[in-house]
Amino acid sequence: MSTVLLIFCILSAITLSTAFLTIFSKQPIHSAIYLVLCFFSVAGHYLLFNAQFLAVVHIIVYSGAIMILFLFTVMLMNLNKEDEVHKPRVTRLAAGIIFILTSLVLLAIFIQTKPIVGPYDDTGVDYQSIKVLGQVLLNEYMVPFEFASILLLVAMIGAVLLSKREKTEKN
Amino acid sequence: MESAIIIEKSIFIFTIFAITMLAAMYSTWAERKVAAWLQDRIGPNRAGPLGLLQPLADGMKLFSKEEFLPNTPNKFLFVVGPAISMSVALMTSAVIPWGDKLVIGGHEVILQATDIDVSILYVFGVLSVGVYGIMIGGWASNNKFSLMSAMRASSQMISYEVAMGLSLIALLMMSGTLSLKEISEQQAGMNWNVFYQPLGFIIFLVCSFAETNRTPFDLAECEAELIGGYHTEYSSMRMGFYLFAEYASMFISSTILSVLYFGGYNYPGMGWAIEHWGVNAGNLIGVAVLFIKICAFIFFFMWVRWTIPRFRYDQLMRLGWQGLIPLAIANIVITGLVMVRHELAAALGF
Repeated sequence: MSTVLLIFCILSAITLSTAFLTIFSKQPIHSAIYLVLCFFSVAGHYLLFNAQFLAVVHIIVYSGAIMILFLFTVMLMNLNKEDEVHKPRVTRLAAGIIFILTSLVLLAIFIQTKPIVGPYDDTGVDYQSIKVLGQVLLNEYMVPFEFASILLLVAMIGAVLLSKREKTEKN
Repeated sequence: MESAIIIEKSIFIFTIFAITMLAAMYSTWAERKVAAWLQDRIGPNRAGPLGLLQPLADGMKLFSKEEFLPNTPNKFLFVVGPAISMSVALMTSAVIPWGDKLVIGGHEVILQATDIDVSILYVFGVLSVGVYGIMIGGWASNNKFSLMSAMRASSQMISYEVAMGLSLIALLMMSGTLSLKEISEQQAGMNWNVFYQPLGFIIFLVCSFAETNRTPFDLAECEAELIGGYHTEYSSMRMGFYLFAEYASMFISSTILSVLYFGGYNYPGMGWAIEHWGVNAGNLIGVAVLFIKICAFIFFFMWVRWTIPRFRYDQLMRLGWQGLIPLAIANIVITGLVMVRHELAAALGF
C-alpha cells in the first residue's frame, strides 16, 4: 500500500467518524468540536491533492471563523438535553427525503464529471499555485467571481444593519 | 536522498523547537528584568547570576505543584485546552525563513523548515485556530468567570485578526507573493517594507499585540474584574502551558514582524559579506541579525506592557472595528493608487 493511499484511508476514517459523531453526540459543544475536527481532516484531503491554497483557506474560513462563531453561540446558549425541542415526525421524514435527494444529486454529479487531470498535466503549469489560480479566477471566471463578491458584500451590509441598535423614540 | 532530506529537516525542526522554547523561557526572565528596570527595582537575582536560573526554578515549581481538576463534566476538553494553545504557538515557526542558506560539504542547507507557496496564509490559519485553546479551556473550566474572559479573549482575537489581514493585503499587493522567503529576499539591502508601508506596519503591530493578548489588550486576564482570566481554574503545568504559550507567541509575532516589515535576515552589506567572508559566515550573520531584530521587538512588547495602561473593553472594540479596519482599508486604496500612478497619469492625460 502506498503512503498516499494509507494517509487517505486514515483521513477518510477520521472524516467519516467525526462527521457521524457530530450528528450523534448528545452535547451541542461536542458536536461543534467534532465538526471542527471534520473540517481539519477535509483540509487534509485538499492537501493530498496538493491544493495548498484551498486547504489553508478552508481552515481559515471554516475552522477559524465560522466554527468559532458557532461555538460562541452554543456556549452562550447553554443548551441542555431538557431544552431540546421535540421534532414532529413530518420534519424527520422531510429531512430524510431531502438527504436522499441531495445524495442522488451528488452521485449524479460524480458520475457525470469528466476528470480533466490529463490535459492539465500536459500543460506543465502548476495549477495549485496562487498566481495561476488568481489569473484563472479573474480572467475565465470574472463574472461569477464578482457576483460572489457582491453577494458577500450584501450579506455584510445586512449583518451591519441587523446589529445596529434601533432608534428608540423619545417621549 | 529522501531520507537525507527527512533527517536534515528533522534536525532543523528540533533546533527551531528548542530555540523557540528557550526564547519563551528567557522571555519570562527578561520580562521581569525589564519590569524591574522600568520601575527602578532589581528584579529576580536569587537563582544564579543575575537571576538567570529563575525560569528553570519556575518550571520546576510548576511541574511539582498539585494538578487540580475542577468539578467539570468535560475533563478531556479541560486538558486539551492548554495543549492546543501551546502547539498552535509553536506551529507557526515552520514557515519562517530564519536565514538564507548554508553550504555544508558542498550540500546546500536552506534555513527554513518548509517554503510553501502560501506561508502567510498558513500563519493566519494557525493564528485563527489559536482561539480554540482559549475558548475550549475557558468553557471546560465550568466557571462563569473563566467563560466570560474566554469570550472576551476570543472576540478580541477574532476582531483584530480582521484588521491584521487587511493591513497585510497592502503589503502583499506590493510584494506580489505570499511566500515569506520571497518577501525576505525582496527586502535585500535596506529595502525594508516598513519604509514603504508605515501605516500598514503600525496596524499590524497593534494587531499583533492584541493577538498575543499582551497589554494594553490583556483584558482576558484583567485581575481586578475577572480573577485570573480564562485560566482561573488551571493549576500546575497546565497553567504553565497557557502562560508559556503567550511568551512563545510573542516570540513568533516578533519574528513575523521582523520578517515582514524589517527585512528579515537581510542586513546592509550582506552581498559584500558573502563575497568576502564566504556564504556561511555571511548568512550566519544574517541569522544573528534576525535574532537581534526579534529581541528588539520582544523588548518593545515588554516596554509597552509596563508603560501603557489597559484599555476598557468598549474602547478595545471601537479601536478594532472603527479605527484599525477603516485605516487598513484606506491603506489598501492608497497603496493601489500609488502602484498604478503612472497608468493613472497617462489615462488622465498628464
